[in-house]
Amino acid sequence: MVERAATPRVTALRRRLVSAAQALTTPLMPDDYLGLLNPAWSARELTGTIERIKPETADAATVVVRPSFPWPGHRPGQYLRIGAGVNGIRHWRAYSLTSDPDHPDGLVSITVKHVESGRMSPYFTRRVEPGAMVYLGEVEGEFRLPDPLPVQALFISAGSGVTPIWAMLRELERRDALRDVLHVHCAREPDQVIFGADLRRMNAQYDGYTLLEHLTGTVPRLTPDSLAEICPDWADRDTFMSGPRGLMDVMQEHWNTTGDPDRLNVERFQPIIGRGDAEVGTGGTVHFRVTDAHATCDVGVSVLVGGEQAGALLPFGCRLGICHTCVGRLRSGLVRDLRTGELHGEPGDTIRTCVNAPEGHIEIEL
Amino acid sequence: MPAVNGSFTSADPNHPLHRLTPEQIEEIGTAFQAIHDEVKADLGERDAHYIRSMIEFHRRLAALSRIVLMASRYPPAWLLGTAGLSVAKILENMEIGHNVLHGQWDWMNDPNIHSSTWDWDTASPSAAWKHSHNYLHHTFTNVVGKDKDVGYEIMRVDPKQEWEPRFLAQPLINILLMLAFEWGVAVHDLDLEAIRNGTKDKAQLRDELKGIAQKARRQIVKDYIAFPALSGRKGFKATLAANFTANVVRNIWSNAIIFCGHFPDQAYTFTEQEAADESRGAWYIRQLLGAANIDGGDTFHLMSGNLSYQVEHHLFPDMPSSRYKEIAPKVKAICEQYRLPYNTGPFSQQWLMVQRTILRLAFPGGSPRPKAPPYIAPIVYETPGPVVSSKHGPIPAFP
Repeated sequence: MVERAATPRVTALRRRLVSAAQALTTPLMPDDYLGLLNPAWSARELTGTIERIKPETADAATVVVRPSFPWPGHRPGQYLRIGAGVNGIRHWRAYSLTSDPDHPDGLVSITVKHVESGRMSPYFTRRVEPGAMVYLGEVEGEFRLPDPLPVQALFISAGSGVTPIWAMLRELERRDALRDVLHVHCAREPDQVIFGADLRRMNAQYDGYTLLEHLTGTVPRLTPDSLAEICPDWADRDTFMSGPRGLMDVMQEHWNTTGDPDRLNVERFQPIIGRGDAEVGTGGTVHFRVTDAHATCDVGVSVLVGGEQAGALLPFGCRLGICHTCVGRLRSGLVRDLRTGELHGEPGDTIRTCVNAPEGHIEIEL
Repeated sequence: MPAVNGSFTSADPNHPLHRLTPEQIEEIGTAFQAIHDEVKADLGERDAHYIRSMIEFHRRLAALSRIVLMASRYPPAWLLGTAGLSVAKILENMEIGHNVLHGQWDWMNDPNIHSSTWDWDTASPSAAWKHSHNYLHHTFTNVVGKDKDVGYEIMRVDPKQEWEPRFLAQPLINILLMLAFEWGVAVHDLDLEAIRNGTKDKAQLRDELKGIAQKARRQIVKDYIAFPALSGRKGFKATLAANFTANVVRNIWSNAIIFCGHFPDQAYTFTEQEAADESRGAWYIRQLLGAANIDGGDTFHLMSGNLSYQVEHHLFPDMPSSRYKEIAPKVKAICEQYRLPYNTGPFSQQWLMVQRTILRLAFPGGSPRPKAPPYIAPIVYETPGPVVSSKHGPIPAFP
């Protein structure tokens, strides 16, 4: 199994018609034939057409997409998994959503920083043309504004890490809630600040929003000490941080030791998965029905690792629950998500074997 | 346990597996693997375009044929619609379904053209088929006793299979299987032998039977109720007959192509002992020896789902079928270098050989048929005299 885009929301009438018409199209879906007339009419997957590409800096661009079906909505700060075909292969990446959740034209956008050695970012920043089709996956991410909105807030961003922060600031601006917001943004040069013009405009316009551009081309990198100089009351603020791993690790350590870790919110694209060290659930047994292998998984051991230990050749990719290469269709039984501890699984669900462990016996079509 | 024919063990000095040295077998494995890896690294937009176009073509042809069949009470419409639908069903099963389910297109990472999600218009639920075909048949190809596709557990197609009185009925069973091939395959995927021995998991058997019943119900509703109903009261029977005909045409055709893949005389079969602990090189050689190609033009290859390149398919089951023709010369070159056969023949010859074997082996006895000699590339003579260029390359100016 393989990652697929989100399922579009369609009307109840359409659902009924499709299910009736499936008698004529089985094993295909009526949407497969609708897609012959216009790919955007197929509700098999949520797709989007690229409307325009708006350069933000010399090496970052905002990609504006028109979804094929009404946008299901998102919370500022969340990210979108977006897929595109490059040389015949569909690739997926996660990018922060930078559009307003209820854009009047129903458009959504992501903002992409060019990575020379990357595969997908050059596609979006350099090669893609308006009119190209992309696949819109699930909206994910716990990095978002709390409800009620914070009274005193500190935003720390660096490089392209500003994208989810930008979405949050926009939300605060819209809701007239830029009351006491300090924003420290790290970049090498002023013209490398993504959304620089907009942030400076907000800085000039609102008393409650202060932008501090920490330009590492002229001053040393941001450290907990230099932060304390810039923002002495950092410990009293709800903090939202997004940037390179090095910066985040240092700051997180600082909050853990001298601050209140509960008040630090950090963007994490990659969940942390245990290979048997997460003591959740009961473990169980797996029957891989295609390869006909039987595996026993101890507590916290994923279906994938258990299967591999039993000698089964199984598909895998990132092993972090991101790429969906490893998924298989669950025939029966329950699985536990090792990231959240949540118990789930209906027959027919596709589950990511790398981040799910069996809870009792499961049958899976792999 | 099937009987092991004494004349066909390691004593046979002409058997390629016993003639080759372990080093040569290793070299052959490396050479085949190189072909595989080279194609795999080269897969891209051209290949993706091929399968997407093929799928689109099938859908358009199927939709168009169904529309034409709404007027099926007029004989020309019946004929045209039935022919179109038969071709569409054959493409859907062979060039698309079989190959997608093999994972040949999984590299595209397209969830709608992927072995884990694909379902096809046939009686076999895809999961059960993938186990019995992709795993059992393609791993243990032509190992008598392990590859259940040797005679499909209901026929005797190799003298190594012990004769039983039930095989007397196989000329009749053969014809029934031809007509109802998709149903035969569906039942075969259940693993009749495991059911007989009581080793089949009861819950899985129940699920698989449910799967077949669901697929059967859907096909019956579609082909024999819903579409006939759309043709109106006067056209109901004609469309029903058309759909039935298309299903039978596909059954006969796919049966013929598939039987020509392993059962012609030139294809070798193996004992479990011969296939035990084999190296990668020996695995490749077994795949090469156990399969047989069918000669033909591009359209023929397409309509056979490129199973007419059975040799290439068995060497590289997960390689996109559209590449088999391109790599065939490289496979032949390896055959020539190591004096291995490259089994192939015209369709009628291969098919008649299979039918003769089925009739002969219904009765006790029978011995292995002569095998093909080592492959020798046809000699291409230098064209004498002047040549002119054409879109097919240089051609003699004065033929």
